[in-house]
Amino acid sequence: MNKISQAAFAAALVMASLTGALVATSSSAQSSGDAAVKEIEKYRQALGDGNPAELWEARGEDLWKQKRGPNKVSFEQCDIGLGPGKVKGAYAVLPKYFEDTDKVEDLESRLVTCMVMLQGYTYQQAKKGPFGSPEHKSDIEALVAYVTAESRGLKMNVAGNHPKEKEAFEIGKKMFFHRGGPHDFGCVTCHGADNTRIRLQDLPNLTRKEAAQRAYTSWPAYRVSQGELRSFQWRLNDCFRQQRFPELEFTSQGSIALTMYLAKNATGGVLTAPSIKR
Amino acid sequence: MNHILIAKVVIAGFAGCTLASAGAAEQVVKPSQAEIVMKASFKDRGQAKLDRLEQDETQRLCSQYPEKRPADVAKKIEAINMKLMKYPADGKLMGDWKEGEKIAQSGVGKQFSDNPANPSGGNCYACHQLTKEEISFGNIGPSLYNFGKLRGYTDAMQKYAYGKIYNAEAYSACTNMPRFGHNGILTEQQMRHVTALLMDPNSPVNK
Repeated sequence: MNKISQAAFAAALVMASLTGALVATSSSAQSSGDAAVKEIEKYRQALGDGNPAELWEARGEDLWKQKRGPNKVSFEQCDIGLGPGKVKGAYAVLPKYFEDTDKVEDLESRLVTCMVMLQGYTYQQAKKGPFGSPEHKSDIEALVAYVTAESRGLKMNVAGNHPKEKEAFEIGKKMFFHRGGPHDFGCVTCHGADNTRIRLQDLPNLTRKEAAQRAYTSWPAYRVSQGELRSFQWRLNDCFRQQRFPELEFTSQGSIALTMYLAKNATGGVLTAPSIKR
Repeated sequence: MNHILIAKVVIAGFAGCTLASAGAAEQVVKPSQAEIVMKASFKDRGQAKLDRLEQDETQRLCSQYPEKRPADVAKKIEAINMKLMKYPADGKLMGDWKEGEKIAQSGVGKQFSDNPANPSGGNCYACHQLTKEEISFGNIGPSLYNFGKLRGYTDAMQKYAYGKIYNAEAYSACTNMPRFGHNGILTEQQMRHVTALLMDPNSPVNK
């Protein structure tokens, strides 16, 4: 716990001094804008030296192996894509169709499925508090950290051939281009063009293969500004908040469909997750 | 005879589908199916209700043609929105640029995490360069630095600036820019302030 708060504090200091440096430079707006982008890139590299995601990975591994729930069984018989108990490489093939539920599932929904089918929790219990906060630790986010870390260095390889996988991809694609709400925003508003930024934040063009690969494979991630490890379900939820949409429901069919679209587009990208971000 | 007729209709239908498809992938899913899934996948939270998923014609057409769109579709979108344009009844388009700068800096508003009792910001800097002083600006939209100075401090340009803030779709179909007036994000008075930020010769935008 001390380790985390120290890391977060150090990072905050770096950010604060950086912001100071940025404000101080103002020869011309455009060139200082470019300089600021370079400084932020340096900051990102510095962050990569120590990633508190390790703490979530370790807690996730414990949770995976513990006997839990009314049935007192571990996740070790849970099939998350490559068969019961196989963790290594599983994240690289998700989302995928599972016969036992007759659904396309992503990692988070599959963890919920195992908590219900193997461990005996109710769906309500399994889906409760999926995103962590200082007051509440999320078991799902820890499990996500452990499972994804076991696929680090492997290439994304979503099959997408099953009719339900194809259907999910097409629905996800529609969602990506769906503009609505008071601001007329869709995913495509921020993620449909090259070399764009919001303020100084770079935006990946998710309609382009290389950028889609780089972005998708860096999630989940430890977010320094929040002091939390964030799952891909969280990433989508918070994007839609900023899009001024209603709340995306955790592990809903639409959330998995959009993940399918983005994961399939990232095929061949090397997984670097859990990574560390500002 | 009947067979030939049916064949023609089918071909016409296909041609429509081809036009409608956004990318290289085939359109397997009808829009309605994706919409049904979307509606079932979101829930009301705070001020953001499910009705925000429903699309007006502009949103529907821009979603259908995310990159390139036929010229007649673009014209139609601009015409629909131009018809809905509203200027202040008293004809006054300019407010206080200092207030405009505050609105340009603020990204608050309309999110489910925002208090609807507070006024929304315009968040202009998220996408545009405006002043020399603010170096943290985005680039989804063009630089607006020296907006009035370059274009001239005319009444016509004031009207254009206000109109663009009120409803940018009237000028540029499927722009990324929100329709701040049309969709009730900013009030009339706030839009006057932002117009002044762009058009007042004393505004830092024009320095």
